[in-house]
Amino acid sequence: MSGEPARDDTLSDGRPPVLEPGHTYATVTDQISSIVLARRAPRSWLGGFIVALGLLMVFLYATAYLLATGIGIWGNNIPVAWAFDIINFVWWIGIGHAGTLISAVLLLFRQQWRTSINRFAEAMTLFAVACAGLYPILHLGRPWIFYWLLPYPSTLGVWPQFRSPLIWDVFAVSTYATVSLLFWYVGLIPDLATLRDRAQRRVPQVIYGILAMGWRGSATHWHRYQTAYLLLAGLATPLVVSVHSIVGLDFAASIVPGWHVTLFPPYFVAGAIFSGFAMVMTLAIPLRAVYGLQDFITLRHLGNMAKVMLTTGLIVAYGYLMEIFFSWYSGNEFEWSLIVNRLLGPYAAAYWSLIACNVLIPQLLWFRRVRRNVPLLFVISLIVNVGMWLERFVIIVISLHHDFLPSSWEIYRPTIWDFAQFFGSIGLFLTLLFLFIRVLPVISIFELRELVHATSGEEED
Amino acid sequence: MDQRVELYGLLAEFEHPHELLAAAATARDAGYRRVEAYSPIPLEGMTEALGTVPTQLPRLTLLGGLLGAAVGYALQYWVAVIEYPLNVGGRPLHSWPAFLPIVFELAVLGASLTAVLGMLALNGLPRPHHPLFAVPEFRLASRDRFFLCIEARDAKFDLDQTRSFLSELHPKSLIEVPR
Repeated sequence: MSGEPARDDTLSDGRPPVLEPGHTYATVTDQISSIVLARRAPRSWLGGFIVALGLLMVFLYATAYLLATGIGIWGNNIPVAWAFDIINFVWWIGIGHAGTLISAVLLLFRQQWRTSINRFAEAMTLFAVACAGLYPILHLGRPWIFYWLLPYPSTLGVWPQFRSPLIWDVFAVSTYATVSLLFWYVGLIPDLATLRDRAQRRVPQVIYGILAMGWRGSATHWHRYQTAYLLLAGLATPLVVSVHSIVGLDFAASIVPGWHVTLFPPYFVAGAIFSGFAMVMTLAIPLRAVYGLQDFITLRHLGNMAKVMLTTGLIVAYGYLMEIFFSWYSGNEFEWSLIVNRLLGPYAAAYWSLIACNVLIPQLLWFRRVRRNVPLLFVISLIVNVGMWLERFVIIVISLHHDFLPSSWEIYRPTIWDFAQFFGSIGLFLTLLFLFIRVLPVISIFELRELVHATSGEEED
Repeated sequence: MDQRVELYGLLAEFEHPHELLAAAATARDAGYRRVEAYSPIPLEGMTEALGTVPTQLPRLTLLGGLLGAAVGYALQYWVAVIEYPLNVGGRPLHSWPAFLPIVFELAVLGASLTAVLGMLALNGLPRPHHPLFAVPEFRLASRDRFFLCIEARDAKFDLDQTRSFLSELHPKSLIEVPR
């Protein structure tokens, strides 16, 4: 973050380049692989890892207490039966979506700027989906029998209800986790081979050698590899849309006021991309500062991500507006009472904070000066992360605490265990991420070499 | 011809991708068929230069996706109509529109697994050892060097002739790869 505007190698069209000039195949390979192969991690890595590990301990403690005691330790109860667990589930899974979008959709559109950020965005997807998946399972009450969700010939003689969006979710999220893992691993294979060949010591050579599966970069292999990668991108693109649409349908298929909205699937997908890009930015900005990756993750990347955030933020804002319009236009008194309650009720502070975080503050991204100001972008990305969490809080809690009958209205208050579980899951996410940064290349090395090849032209290498 | 027994092939090392592309095309024109190029990046035009047959992977992936979809639909139909019929307000048991999300998810799952596992299987991976890994210079194949290997099992392979053929392409180095 420091010393940012010192260089200004803008292209002729006034945009910063996707790769700072002067790099060769060798320099990009050596610089990225040295992060992993260095004997010692930087101090800031160690500091961050300790904080993450501490939070992970909080998560483990909260989970152990939850399993021993039951979900009564959380604040949710009838009528607010879904609260932090589902808020956090939707929040995490939404964050994951930007990783797939960057690696798959931008690949299909041949956006060169994706190359430097796709690897750790994919890792982010994987870890976010892992965090997300834990919440519905922990919320089951008896999470050790979570496999009852799957269709298998059990002695109980009972089968899942395939007409329910909740069971669609089981299939969508598990498919998404599997495909994300495949995509990530396939992308890693050539880089694992690079690490195998670059490693000096025996143990890393053997470990990376096993993981690289004997990749030798033969032309025939590359041909099939590129075909498989492109196919996966084509498959992941509709998948990512389907996953958050189904999450949206979890709500929209019910008749709860504020949930029964046809707008939900697309509006959820846009929100997912919005929050996911915010999280990529939150992670990328410290990462490039600590490891000196400003040559690879340039202002072009940050600016483009800011533009995607601005666009999806506007779609989300349209969603907020339409929610209000629909409930007024429906003439349904329960729907309208929900909106009044949202805007002016006991949780109004959450709603207006959400509007500030997701609608008002992102408008700053219209200005080029803001998009080039790295510390400010970092702050905005954090604000959007908070805003998207608040959005799920508003949707879930405000609808449930105030439904049709005044006799069933209740104020929901989260307990300390709700917060412990939430911040603990951030610890789980960050711990996995720090380990990933330490042992695997955070930037796709072979794709950077391709970028060198594409931007430098044949003759000079 | 005992050289065929102890040699895997001749490996020529190049510094630039365009040299490798040209060398591959020349070797193919000279009648060599068991030629393989190794590069740190996929090179456009290399499959044409080597005359590689286009992969069957897309077709396999389509089959994998169709299989996933068929399994998904059959599973839901069997459960909802035959094994565990639930009468919900007299609604039809064969409620196919509600089955489609899972059919879609399983189609994507089947296709993705086929694409990845198919790619690995067709490539003969995992393969922990390969004669080329014994060549110290070959480590740079994953960094910044480009290699062309004419394998000893090529019908036209003759150690002296092939060596002089490859040295005419001005490689940075020329290495005999033991089997």
